Amino acid sequence: MDFQLSEDQQALQSGLRTFCDDRYAFENVVALEKTPLDRDRHRELAEMGVFSLRLPEAEGGVGLGMAEAVLVFAELGRRVVPGPLLWSHLCAGLVPGAAAGETIVGGLDRTRPSNEPLLVEYAGALDALVVLKRDGVERIDARKLAGTPVATPLDPLTPLVHAAELPRGERIAGAEQAAQLRLEGTLLTAALCLGIAEMTTELAVDYAKKREQFDRPIASFQAIKHFAADMHVRQEMARASVYAAGATFDDPSVGDVARAVASARVVAGEAAMKNARMCIQIYGGMGYTWEMPPHYYLKRAFVLENAFAAADEACETLAERIDR
Amino acid sequence: MDLRYSEADERFRRELRSWLAAEVPKHPKPPPRHDWPARRVHDTGWQKKLFDAGYAGVNWPREYGGRGATLTEELVYYEETARAHAPYIGMNFVGVRHGGPTVIAEGSELQKKTHLPRILRGEEVWCQGFSEPSAGSDLASLKTTAVRDGDHYVVNGHKIWTSFGQVADYCELLVRTNPSAPKHRGISWIIMPMSLPGIEVRPLPTLQGESDFAEMFLSDVRIPVEQLVGKENDGWRITNVTLRFERGTAWAADIIELKEFLSDAAKLAQKLTREGAAAWEDKALRREVGHLAAEADALWALMKWQLGEIQKTGMPGLGGSALKLAFTELKQRVYELGMRLLGRAGLSRDDVGSLPVEHVLVQFMQSLSLTIAAGSSQVQRNIISERILGMPKEPR
Repeated sequence: MDFQLSEDQQALQSGLRTFCDDRYAFENVVALEKTPLDRDRHRELAEMGVFSLRLPEAEGGVGLGMAEAVLVFAELGRRVVPGPLLWSHLCAGLVPGAAAGETIVGGLDRTRPSNEPLLVEYAGALDALVVLKRDGVERIDARKLAGTPVATPLDPLTPLVHAAELPRGERIAGAEQAAQLRLEGTLLTAALCLGIAEMTTELAVDYAKKREQFDRPIASFQAIKHFAADMHVRQEMARASVYAAGATFDDPSVGDVARAVASARVVAGEAAMKNARMCIQIYGGMGYTWEMPPHYYLKRAFVLENAFAAADEACETLAERIDR
Repeated sequence: MDLRYSEADERFRRELRSWLAAEVPKHPKPPPRHDWPARRVHDTGWQKKLFDAGYAGVNWPREYGGRGATLTEELVYYEETARAHAPYIGMNFVGVRHGGPTVIAEGSELQKKTHLPRILRGEEVWCQGFSEPSAGSDLASLKTTAVRDGDHYVVNGHKIWTSFGQVADYCELLVRTNPSAPKHRGISWIIMPMSLPGIEVRPLPTLQGESDFAEMFLSDVRIPVEQLVGKENDGWRITNVTLRFERGTAWAADIIELKEFLSDAAKLAQKLTREGAAAWEDKALRREVGHLAAEADALWALMKWQLGEIQKTGMPGLGGSALKLAFTELKQRVYELGMRLLGRAGLSRDDVGSLPVEHVLVQFMQSLSLTIAAGSSQVQRNIISERILGMPKEPR
């Protein structure tokens, strides 16, 4: 057992961080509000291997595992990188052109039927829409999707189309694969949440060190420090559980994959939500403004909270599997 | 990121599991909490059995009676003993998890040879003499003095929260050896034999109504200078070594026990009925148990992550503060849930109606001490914010 990042994993992580820090620096991300999904940027992420990461080398992929994928998605989460990144990654081996970023793939998880409105992320800019259903996976020609764009989406970087109904699609995989994709999507959602939890802690701590009140940095007050410490603890718990779920996914002999993914989903999701909220609080009045970063993180956290298996479902999964 | 135990780890697991399966049922039930002589026999008797079978001090050096095994084997040890519901470490705690590791890290050859094998054999019980009535979270302001007189220290002071003080043979004692130095630089770490004249131990009943705690009054206690561990006035640094052990892998067993309890709580909820149906039918309860299990699993993963760090550096890092903070607060929430599950049965301290009331109550009440002892949650938050996040100190 050596539960630490290998040298290659560290290199992958720092490579992605350097890339995202540059290409998705806050001012660049803000500039994407008008057009969150840019074809060139999508292709650039494909060149970084974001979509083909887990595709076998024989199929033109990078041939890495879930342990590496969670590192990559945590980095994307840190910079609230927009785009249907998760779906394009999940469908790398399923939809031709997805791995190379030529076909922009979005998706919708309809495995748990409900009468909630059909809100499709980035629908206007997709080439293919993949729908997970209980009995299989369908591919829909995204251009045939009729709907009304949502005028003001909660996350300014996640545009939505309100579709009246989903057109019939082509069945591209069975029920087992639908369940598998959902599991992978849940784990990588947790990884994106981990990135949010980390970055909002860093932002809040940096801000508190600079912001002065009562003639000293607010970071010197225990009231602020103890909130920051709690943010750090949530981030550490999220990191450990997301990494552990990634490693367990790659080697199911070390544990119960479903339980590990559910745990990561719950812990990282909560860390993202709570840390983003606390980041706004520590920024004070500035945290309530549009021009400061924290609200982007909270809004993205809400988007992720509603992706794939949500926290409540994950908690029940854990309860069911508690004896295993 | 490799979570797989090695073949050697798994071999060790199989051996230990079959040994525990044979030995745990044979060990007597714990005696009543107030019966100190019987408790000593019970706790140290189990320690002796562990030693004889080669399972004491799993990662301690072989030359001092340990198994000399890897840290991952130690983790296997914690997993298996928790699963087997092996007897609790009890009054061996300070020696095995705290004083012993400090002596390994900082003690002289003679101190190692003298104490380590005896701790592992259950022949030495240790207690902790750190806190004082006016030195709690501000531990470094401790006032107990040790004045050099020839080849002895003459020690005077008042210690508090001295768990197992009534039965201990040795005390890991913090004393002030240089009153004129800044407070962190005048402290020394001494092994005090509890048989010396001038030591008075008074039980201090805890909110559990038991006398695990004690106060200790020291009047002109003459301690030979060779009992000093490390250098004179270097005790604060050594204390931080000790505390890091207390905040590091020392929690491994407790985290597994917490996971075990959540599983037991689910079984209990299947047995108990509420409004005519099994309590487990309640979706909100299941989700709450699932949520707590998610956090317990995350803690266990964090434990393994920190173990990876120790394997790299040889020392528990500052991350132990995060683990300690998260574990102790989680344990309170888990046993609070246990109390709610028991409902009115939890109004009895003893098992009633074939429900495991005593266990839940004792663990719940004990959990209240965990966020206070070994650096309160607030002290941990100061450590995390100042030493990990680099935030400025409060004016002190």
